Amino acid sequence: MTRPYRTTGLCAVLALCCAMPALAQQKPALAVPMVYLRQQVPQPPVLSNLDPIPEDLGIAGAEIALKDNQSTGAFMGQNFSLTVVEVPPEGDLPAAARTALAEAQLVLLEGEAEHLLTVADLPEAKGALLFNVSAGDEALRSDACRPNLLHTIPETAARTDALMQVLVARQWADLAMIVGPTPKDSVYADHLRRSAAKFGLAIAGEVPWTFDTDLRDSTMDEVPRFTQALPEHDVLLVADPTDDFGRYVLHNTWLPRPVAGTHGLHGEAWASVIEAWGAVQLQNRFEDHAARPMRSEDYAAWVAIRAIGEAVTRSGSADPAALRAYMLSEAFQLDGFKGRALTFRHWNGQMRQPIAVVNDRALVTLAPLPGFLHQRNETDSLGLDEPESRCTAFKE
Amino acid sequence: MRLLLAALLTSVALPAMAGEIWVTNEKDDTVSVIDVETLEVVKTYPTGERPRGITFSKDFSRVYICASDSNTVQVMDPNTGEILHDLPSGEDPEQFVLAPDDRHLYIANEDDAVTTVVDTESRSVVAQINVGIEPEGMAVSPDGKVAITTSETTNMAHWIDTSTQSLFANTLVDARPRHAEFTADGAALWVSSEIGGTITVFETKGQTEIGKVRFAIQGVNQDLVQPVGFKFSPDGTKAFVALGPSNHVAVVNTATYEVEKYILVGRRVWHMAYSPDQSQLFTTNGVSGDVTVIDVATEEPVKSIKVGRFPWGAAMRP
Repeated sequence: MTRPYRTTGLCAVLALCCAMPALAQQKPALAVPMVYLRQQVPQPPVLSNLDPIPEDLGIAGAEIALKDNQSTGAFMGQNFSLTVVEVPPEGDLPAAARTALAEAQLVLLEGEAEHLLTVADLPEAKGALLFNVSAGDEALRSDACRPNLLHTIPETAARTDALMQVLVARQWADLAMIVGPTPKDSVYADHLRRSAAKFGLAIAGEVPWTFDTDLRDSTMDEVPRFTQALPEHDVLLVADPTDDFGRYVLHNTWLPRPVAGTHGLHGEAWASVIEAWGAVQLQNRFEDHAARPMRSEDYAAWVAIRAIGEAVTRSGSADPAALRAYMLSEAFQLDGFKGRALTFRHWNGQMRQPIAVVNDRALVTLAPLPGFLHQRNETDSLGLDEPESRCTAFKE
Repeated sequence: MRLLLAALLTSVALPAMAGEIWVTNEKDDTVSVIDVETLEVVKTYPTGERPRGITFSKDFSRVYICASDSNTVQVMDPNTGEILHDLPSGEDPEQFVLAPDDRHLYIANEDDAVTTVVDTESRSVVAQINVGIEPEGMAVSPDGKVAITTSETTNMAHWIDTSTQSLFANTLVDARPRHAEFTADGAALWVSSEIGGTITVFETKGQTEIGKVRFAIQGVNQDLVQPVGFKFSPDGTKAFVALGPSNHVAVVNTATYEVEKYILVGRRVWHMAYSPDQSQLFTTNGVSGDVTVIDVATEEPVKSIKVGRFPWGAAMRP
């Protein structure tokens, strides 16, 4: 059982880049510079120290996608490059963005919705093609959409819709909910309410999370009593997107009920438990590179760079306008390891993608679920559909 | 001498066997052996981890099995199920093809973006060729001069000159190319694209695209119509194409590239093999864990045979 011919993926890619010029040098290489621009956002303290947010969250996904693109590029005479720019919380985002846009007109943006709009509205970004890889805000896909801003991270509504499809399929129709105290918690709770209503489920009762102590030692006493007041339900929803208290609700409920929402059963663009559809290959490449599991934000960045790669390969152009037109056309299709081709919604630039409904150890299913029909594409049963979006910037 | 002896042994052993279909069970680390006469599983042999590609030597005295997670190609004695030896295969071998010389295996190393060429006699690596990301589909032309690797993420068919073991052309296909086959005369190459939902047909001579096969099954979402493995009919007029999670096999007219019929099979159909007399086609159905037997003349499914977990590859031995 000797294995003398192991080579690492990186070696293979490097060797490829070096070995291929004989094929590629027939014409000068097409340069495709890209930038990953991160506006650092201070994170609020959370109860548990167990799962710190990786510093390379998102960026690591962009980095392995770059290698994927370089592989095809080596054969096609296309030279992809990526620069990462980080702006501190108090930094000058517009100045950093102007510098970045002078270098590249294909830019991945990480930050809050307001930061994305700041960059998208710069005069220097008018002809650029920007990718939202971090913000699930509905407004960015509706009233506040921008023609130069596509979205590879799913909107929050797509994730809550996916969860509700599973609850419908399980016939777990009666819901209760715990809502966290922050504005982000309220927004998330509102998405859960609307998704529940969209699929005919009822939230019978809600309680706000009011604990202001470190209750990690007393969850078994406190949380059951706290949930005792809720009306009878099949599933207990939790709205805690910053991951503050939700983990302490599981298995501490008064009634023996599953938890869903931001914790327990939840919808994600990507999770380490996805293994079908060739996903193991992507998971392995990512873990080799980043030494941690791949998350939704990494996937969003990976998909953005891969979408650029696919559009450049097929169109032979690096011009942002040409790439945008190709991405929004019927011809564009990207393999995203989720069993269906990924495409962009032509009404708001959101990437159309299946949502993984998962727990910590397994994929429950990929939404859309069978039976949730749609006249255009079943995946459009998730998130903001054309009639609901107030985006007009994509109408030619 | 060894070859001759092997041939003799096989011919002696033949009358006892009416023909078998060997199926690799990806999630069981076994191969199931189906008797073509009785259509029952008669033997199950253990293999290395995650067996996928499977093929026999020309005289059927050895069976080669890609044990992907064991990072090796195993050589098994099909009469006993004994692993004779392992071949150096490169990392994560997924699919392979045996060259017409019955000696060289061209192996796709899925995790490594490499195609490895192995001499099965000297048990050594002859060449490693850098290809695109996630190489998978493998084919070799009938004259042995051209080998093909398809790369799933790079979305290309890579054309390898087997005299120099180097690439001489790279042609784009639709998303996630899975399988490649030359027509019997070697004039055309077919490449299936799982996510693209098409088969691209190339003229071998100039590596130019000459046709595209598209699929549409009434009542099945287009996203789920995903062509993967396929086989040409014995007379070359048709191609049977496994369409993955649509749970159908398409019958494609090779002259017009039009689909003539869709045959319902098990869930997530992957690959297939003919019976020795080519009257039956056996498809591996990954999710339902069974094999569908199709009557080639009537193009109807006639039986399902339960095998192991996630059956993937299939190969025939007379």
